[in-house]
Amino acid sequence: MLRLAYLAMLVFVLVTTLPLELYLGVRVWRRLRRLALTVLPVTCVFLAWDLYAVAAGHWDFHPEQTTGLVVGALPLEEVLFFLVVPVAAVMTLEAVRVVRGWPVGDEAGTR
Amino acid sequence: MTYTQLAMTALGVAVLLDLAVFRVRLLRRGAFWTAYGIVFFFQLVTNGWLTGREVVTYDPGAILGTGSIPFVGDGRLAFAPVEDLAFGFAMILLTLDLWVWWGRRGVQREPVADGPWSRRYRPELDASGAGRERPRRAASARR
Repeated sequence: MLRLAYLAMLVFVLVTTLPLELYLGVRVWRRLRRLALTVLPVTCVFLAWDLYAVAAGHWDFHPEQTTGLVVGALPLEEVLFFLVVPVAAVMTLEAVRVVRGWPVGDEAGTR
Repeated sequence: MTYTQLAMTALGVAVLLDLAVFRVRLLRRGAFWTAYGIVFFFQLVTNGWLTGREVVTYDPGAILGTGSIPFVGDGRLAFAPVEDLAFGFAMILLTLDLWVWWGRRGVQREPVADGPWSRRYRPELDASGAGRERPRRAASARR
């Protein structure tokens, strides 16, 4: 069970943000192309930083608290982190827009 | 470079991209700061889990702290190095800038966020500043 410590955190983020899509109507997962174009560049940049940081010894991962599945030098969870967290951030911004009605700058008719 | 230096650099680059390169200027929008506040809280919770349990560990030579892992203090907040806050802020700002940037270019601006609790932004009301109010109230005020 300890091996799922990191993975459980990612599942927590996915599960807690899903109601924003299903009930609040943020329509982020339904804009998959825009979501991919947004998230994937961020994933690449921050994974590069992560790879450098691990190589330089800035941080490290507990081998017994991760699944043991790896992508190169990184635990699978760490790679998923850079996909899951940016998606959650977009959903949060869209949720604020839904609830408060505040503009974020991409509305039709605005610059 | 240490993690401290890299985190500060990333923060500066993200702010520069927002204000001067993408010119999305989310840093000037209440919606961004509200969303960031929510993300900040959940970062403390989730990152506190990862760092407090030592799923992720840090080289004391690369951070402000000396290697102890208190809840608060020694360069840490909710067990995590404060550098993680700059890392997170840069990542969130860059992500949301790109999301808005693509939307401005017409990439899947639709279907817009909308739902049972929606107070949809009305550009036609923005000139008077009323676009920031909830539409129902704004609509009745116009009558």
